Amino acid sequence: MNLEVSIGKLKLFNPVMVASGTFGKEYGKFFDINLLGAYVAKTVTLKARIGNPPPRVTETFAGMLNSIGLENKGVDDFIENKLQELSGLKIPIVASVAGDNENEYAALCKKLDGCRKVRAIELNLSCPNVRHGERIGLIAQDEKAVYGIVKKARGSTDKTLIAKLSPNVTDITVIALAAERAGCDAVSLINTFPALAVDTQTFRPMLGNVIGGLSGPAIKPIALKMVRDVCNKVRIPVVGIGGITDYKDALEFMICGATAFQVGTANFINPEAPIEILKEIKSYLKRKNIESIKKIIGSLEI
Amino acid sequence: MRNIKARVIYNNRVSAGFYGMSIRSAYLAENTRPGQFFEVKCPDGSGTFLRRPLGAHRIHKDGVEMLYEVVGKGTAALSGMKAGQELDIIGPLGNGFKIDRTKDKNSEAILVAGGIGVAPLVALAEALAARKERKIQVFIGAKTKSHILCEKEFKKFGCEARVSTEDGSKGTKGFITEKMDVYLSAKRYPLNAKIYACGPDGMLKAVAGIAEKYGMQCQISMEERMACGVGVCLGCPVKTKGALGYKMVCKDGPVFDTREIAW
Ligand SMILES: Cc1cc2nc3c(=O)[nH]c(=O)nc-3n(C[C@H](O)[C@H](O)[C@H](O)COP(=O)(O)OP(=O)(O)OC[C@H]3O[C@@H](n4cnc5c(N)ncnc54)[C@H](O)[C@@H]3O)c2cc1C
Ligand SMILES: Cc1cc2nc3c(=O)[nH]c(=O)nc-3n(C[C@H](O)[C@H](O)[C@H](O)COP(=O)(O)O)c2cc1C
Ligand code: FES
Repeated sequence: MNLEVSIGKLKLFNPVMVASGTFGKEYGKFFDINLLGAYVAKTVTLKARIGNPPPRVTETFAGMLNSIGLENKGVDDFIENKLQELSGLKIPIVASVAGDNENEYAALCKKLDGCRKVRAIELNLSCPNVRHGERIGLIAQDEKAVYGIVKKARGSTDKTLIAKLSPNVTDITVIALAAERAGCDAVSLINTFPALAVDTQTFRPMLGNVIGGLSGPAIKPIALKMVRDVCNKVRIPVVGIGGITDYKDALEFMICGATAFQVGTANFINPEAPIEILKEIKSYLKRKNIESIKKIIGSLEI
Repeated sequence: MRNIKARVIYNNRVSAGFYGMSIRSAYLAENTRPGQFFEVKCPDGSGTFLRRPLGAHRIHKDGVEMLYEVVGKGTAALSGMKAGQELDIIGPLGNGFKIDRTKDKNSEAILVAGGIGVAPLVALAEALAARKERKIQVFIGAKTKSHILCEKEFKKFGCEARVSTEDGSKGTKGFITEKMDVYLSAKRYPLNAKIYACGPDGMLKAVAGIAEKYGMQCQISMEERMACGVGVCLGCPVKTKGALGYKMVCKDGPVFDTREIAW
């Protein structure tokens, strides 16, 4: 059975990835992370960020809100320390970066370009929990900004580049096409939806940052539709993200055209979710007598 | 830490709205220390999404026990579980209380509990008693009489227990921190006494102030809303005086030295 897929120059032994900010080496206590397709690290920025005030997470129906605010110690710490901690990983490590403008993204890519351990870079253009300098709204809502950032990032690294997109747009295919035109190797979608939860006892928002990003099964059908729309428009591979909890969810994304997928919030509830999904995809393919996972990709019949 | 499906041994109502659930797990029994906690999946049909953090209340030979207050749908669903049912639980998590290895003959322990905050302090008292701590003084405070829990357990471990309630229905009327302060000032407690506390934020802050006043070392078990419980989501920050500001309650805590916290 062949589970291999490719994203740009990146060859994955299987399409199971884990989503930025929802996974860490701690989960290596529950299963062998080296069995996955790739490891996506938490987003880092040029300088350390302290993140948003608590509470930062709250539960909603079939999902959760988070307003972490990209807390991280900065890209230099990532290169010097975080990557060392991941030295036991043999699978591709995808770094995730965010900045305020093209120059910051380019600088981040340049720094990571020198790291042998980093095999690909995901450009997080879509975090709903931070403000980017003077910008109103998300980078991923601005077709021109996306084009400019990807173009400049492309000029700074030869590594596989993945643009991570926001669902909070009128037409996500327009943004995906801009990323493709600018030279991205792949797009990943979706990041969380900006959302709100209120406490009726205190009349206050549930989160310290007032708003947060909605993730989990609640967003899956919307993510799936967006993945299909984008797959119908772009030629580059699409990485499906959003509410994937079991192997059927994952297969739905692949049937709609995703080359690979990322497991996010599900990790918090079931730390073994990614490995269970992988095992069950294998038995599914066996049951269905399907030789290669590639046969599944884009197999939606209408 | 492991993700375990453990059988419920019993799940008893201990007072109105409070339950004690004991589960069978040799692994947790062997590896859990006082002050650590678990991430519990509430039973199907509870309508919850995330796991719920609950502290280790007792560490038995064949498993662990949790003491919890029903405050919402997750804890309500847990209270309906019966002996023999399976509980999906991740643990042990967090750092736990620091208990000095070297035995100091003069050391004394002061435990301060607010409401359901008694839960982890019982496991701590048992551990301290087992190493023959010279004296364990427990202060238990709550809103009202029915919320005063575990007095008997503490006494069983040879602790002295003092009680206050906000409505005066049991013990002294008022906040437990006031009682503790009065007691300490009258007693001229030895400086090497150590304070351990768990309860609502306001209480912990008051305890920290008292500890500072008497120059005593003080460990508190803190709470924050959690998602992963293992330190990956950065969802449970507590502001500290350290360089980068926030530490994570689930991984760096839940027990912190009060001198670390930026209130
Ligand atoms: C490390 C740690 C250890 C804990 N140990 C215990 C314990 O031993 N016994 C016990 O009864 N409780 C404990 N708690 C609190 C417990 O996790 C919450 O009461 C529980 O999650 C509420 O779930 P629910 O679905 O019943 O309520 P929900 O419907 O989720 O919420 C109901 C109310 O509970 C409050 N709440 C929700 N989550 C938390 C939380 N993480 N911390 C504090 N308040 C919360 C909310 O503000 C709300 O007012 C602990 C919390 C932490 C972080
Ligand atoms: C707690 C939390 C933190 C996250 N942090 C990041 C991040 O740092 N960078 C990023 O690109 N996405 C981040 N995300 C978004 C996820 O990677 C993912 O796109 C989103 O949660 C949707 O997938 P899911 O429903 O499977 O979780 C975060 C999500 C959560 C829940
Ligand atoms: S709950 Fe995820 S880091 Fe603490």
